Amino acid sequence: MSSNVIASPRSNSAQSPQYKRNKSAHSSFEMTAWLFMRVSGVVLVVLIFGHLFVNLMLGDGIHAIDFGFVAGKWSSPFWQWWDLVMLWLAMLHGTNGVRTIINDYAERNGTRMTLKTVLYAAAVVIIVLGTLVIFTFDPCPAGAVIDLPSFCPVP
Amino acid sequence: MWSWVGHRITGVVIFVFLLVHVLDTSLVRVSPEAYTAVIGAYKNPIMGLGEAALVAAIVFHAFNGLRIIAIDFWKKGPKYQRQMLWTVLIAWAVVMIPFLIRHLSIVFGGH
Ligand code: HEM
Ligand code: HEM
Repeated sequence: MSSNVIASPRSNSAQSPQYKRNKSAHSSFEMTAWLFMRVSGVVLVVLIFGHLFVNLMLGDGIHAIDFGFVAGKWSSPFWQWWDLVMLWLAMLHGTNGVRTIINDYAERNGTRMTLKTVLYAAAVVIIVLGTLVIFTFDPCPAGAVIDLPSFCPVP
Repeated sequence: MWSWVGHRITGVVIFVFLLVHVLDTSLVRVSPEAYTAVIGAYKNPIMGLGEAALVAAIVFHAFNGLRIIAIDFWKKGPKYQRQMLWTVLIAWAVVMIPFLIRHLSIVFGGH
């Protein structure tokens, strides 16, 4: 009995060669992604809860939202940056989360590749579009008549 | 186990919503009329219920996400994971009840 002791795992005996962590670039990417999910999650709680509170709970809630509401918020750099950081973190967090789910369920290599290509393309389009919208926004577009914020010059 | 399934499903639902949400917000670059018309669709009672479901999903995903983080980083996290799941559910209810009262009375309150 005692001659047959099973070496504890990773004990680096002859039967159990030295335990090595995989040091490839791939695994350090996964480690970074894992950490990013947690750090971005903590920040997103604040950003999204704040977004929902201001847009759904204050004033008239959802009824108050129109062009003028958005113009009022985005005339302040505070809300521009708030939305920008929320956009990037939520999109990267969500894209990485869905990537994990695709890796878990799509078993054929081809299917996995296709789904991830569509996912990354959609993510790039949405991040670029959302960023442009925040910073090229014009609160008083020429020719517009309805729902303008009160600070626009009267035509 | 079911909390893991719930976390996955809510994650995907929020992601799909976000894709559409950035598209509808981008209408502010088209014209005030286009934006206000599409956003108007969010104000009917059916969409009001949809928004309530979305917020319910986010609040669960957020609190359960904080629980996952606590399990990973807090020394006693794994030991208390069950108690923390109850905490998540109670915190979810504590946030959702006032939210629903306010949001649904706005949605159904006939403005
Ligand atoms: C509100 C704050 C949020 C917190 C605290 C949070 C936290 C987390 C955590 C801790 C994970 C687990 C990561 C892992 O297992 O490695 C996760 C996964 C995920 N999250 Fe979030 N998250 C938040 C918001 C979001 C948002 C806004 C989206 C969508 C845009 C999202 C989509 C996902 C998805 C799809 C997954 C993958 C689920 C899985 O692999 O089973 N999350 N989240
Ligand atoms: C039903 C609930 C929601 C309503 C009524 C709503 C409303 C709005 C409005 C009016 C804007 C314009 C700018 C602003 O107000 O800051 C906006 C922008 C934005 N929202 Fe929401 N939102 C909701 C939920 C969410 C959620 C759950 C997320 C995150 C997952 C989110 C992420 C964003 C982002 C990233 C932008 C900036 C879009 C861009 O860059 O063009 N929103 N939202």
